[in-house]
Amino acid sequence: MATALRFPANVSTFNNYNDLHPDWTQREVSTGTTIMAVEFDGGVVIGADSRTTTGAYIANRVTDKLTPIHERIFCCRSGSAADTQAIADAVTYQLGFHSIELDEAPLVQTAASLFRDMCYRYREELMAGIIVAGWDRRRGGQVYTVPVGGMMTRQPVSVGGSGSSYIYGYVDSNYRTGMSKEECLKFTAEALTLAMERDGSSGGVVRLAVISEQGVERQAILGNQLPKFSTV
Amino acid sequence: MATVSVCQYHPGGFSFENCKRNALLEADINKLGFSSPAARKTGTTICGVVYKDGVVLGADTRATEGMVVADKNCSKIHYISPNIYCCGAGTAADTEMTTQIISSNLELHSLSTGRLPRVATANRMLKQMLFRYQGYIGAALVLGGVDCNGPHLYSIYPHGSTDKLPYVTMGSGSLAAMAVFEDRYRPNMEEEEAKRLVRDAIAAGIFNDLGSGSNIDLCVISKGKVDYLRPHDVANKKGVRTGSYRYKHGTTGVLTKAVTPLSLEVVEENVQTMDTS
Repeated sequence: MATALRFPANVSTFNNYNDLHPDWTQREVSTGTTIMAVEFDGGVVIGADSRTTTGAYIANRVTDKLTPIHERIFCCRSGSAADTQAIADAVTYQLGFHSIELDEAPLVQTAASLFRDMCYRYREELMAGIIVAGWDRRRGGQVYTVPVGGMMTRQPVSVGGSGSSYIYGYVDSNYRTGMSKEECLKFTAEALTLAMERDGSSGGVVRLAVISEQGVERQAILGNQLPKFSTV
Repeated sequence: MATVSVCQYHPGGFSFENCKRNALLEADINKLGFSSPAARKTGTTICGVVYKDGVVLGADTRATEGMVVADKNCSKIHYISPNIYCCGAGTAADTEMTTQIISSNLELHSLSTGRLPRVATANRMLKQMLFRYQGYIGAALVLGGVDCNGPHLYSIYPHGSTDKLPYVTMGSGSLAAMAVFEDRYRPNMEEEEAKRLVRDAIAAGIFNDLGSGSNIDLCVISKGKVDYLRPHDVANKKGVRTGSYRYKHGTTGVLTKAVTPLSLEVVEENVQTMDTS
C-alpha cells in the first residue's frame, strides 16, 4: 500500500468530501472474505464465500474468489480485490510461460513460490492473503498458504480472510486426516457457512471446487441450501 | 562550442513536488476565508445491463464541482471502439483521459491483430493501467460491448479490481440504481424492456441522489449496431417563468438629477481584429 502523505493538521486533506460523495465511493474494494482449502488423498477441496465490499456496501454479491492459475491449480483470494486480481493475473502469466518451457504441467509448489515471491517482494504495497491449492503428479493434492507479509507454508487444511477468525475452533476440532472427498466437501461447506453467519464481510453463496487428477468440478451452494445449525 | 547538458531522467507516474507548497497556499487562502477550487467530479449514476442481443449502458448528465452543478448536460458514455462503450464515474478528467488512452491503444491493437477488439481486452488494459496508479486515478467505469464471444459487461474500480456481471451500477447514485436492478432484472430480456429498466435505474439515481441529475443518456450495443441515444429522456426540463420582473419606465420616481461630464482625451487608438475563422 502506498504510504500516506503527511500534511499539517490545519490544512484539509484530499478526503474533503460531503454528502455528494458517500464513504463507500472512496473506499478501496476489499474481498472481506472467508476462504478455505483441505487436502485429501487424491486431490484438494477449496471453498470461498462470494462477497466483495467497498466499506459497508456490497459491490459484488456473487464474486468468484476461486481463481484458476493453471489447469489443476487454483488460488483463493482474500484482501484487496485489486491487489489479488493483479497478482493472480501476473502469476497466471508466469506459470503458463514456465509450463510451456517445461512442456509439462507445473507443480503446485511452483505456483505457490511465484505467489510468495511477489507477495514478499511487494509486502509494503500489497494487501493480499492467498491460499494456493491444486493437484500435480509428483505430490498429489497440496495446499499452500501465503498470508499477508509473504510467508509460504504447506498445510493439510488452511483457512483465510476476515471470517477465518470465527472458525479456527471448528476447523481444529473437526478436521481428521484421511477424510474422503465427500467428507471434505461437507466439512468445507459447514465451516464456510458458520463463518458467513458471523462475519459481516463474508456472505452470499458458498463456492466449492474439487481439484484432482480427473480435473476440476465446481459447484455453488445458494443461500437457502446452506447447511443449517442452531436457530438461535 | 557544444554545451554539455545534463539529461534529466523523468521517472514515470505522478510528481508530488508541489504538494507542500499547495498545502501552505491552501492554509493562506483558508485564513482569508476563501476555499480553493475542487476537482470537478461527475457525482453520477451509471449502469449497464446485459440483455438478449447485447448490452444497454445508461448514465445521467450532471457534472458537479463541490456543491455546484458545473455542467448540466455532460456526456458520460465514452467511445472505446465501434463495438465497445464505457460509462465513467469519479473525477471527470480521469474518466475522460483514461477512456481516450485505452480507446487509442485498442485501435492500434485492433489494426495489429486485424480483428474487432474484445471487451475482455479493453478490461485488461483498463485494470492494468488503474492498478499501476494505485487508485490515484479516480475513474470508476462501467465497460460494455459485444464481440465475437457475445455481450460482456464489466465494472472497473479506481484501484484496478474488476467484476464481470450481468448488471452493474457505479457512482454516488449506484445504490438507488442497484435497488431498481435487483427488483426487476431478468436474464435474456428484450431490448425495449432492457432500455426501460436502465432508464428507470438512472432515474432512481437522478431523483434520489444529489450528485446525479439532468437527463438520461442511453447506449444500446448489439451485434453490428450501436444506438447512442443522447438524450434518451429529458427527465429535468428547465421550467418556464410564469411572471416577469421587468418594471416599466417611470415606476421609480426621480427626485433629483445631477450630471457631471467627464472630459476624456483620446491618447492612442489601437484596433486589433479578432480572428473569427
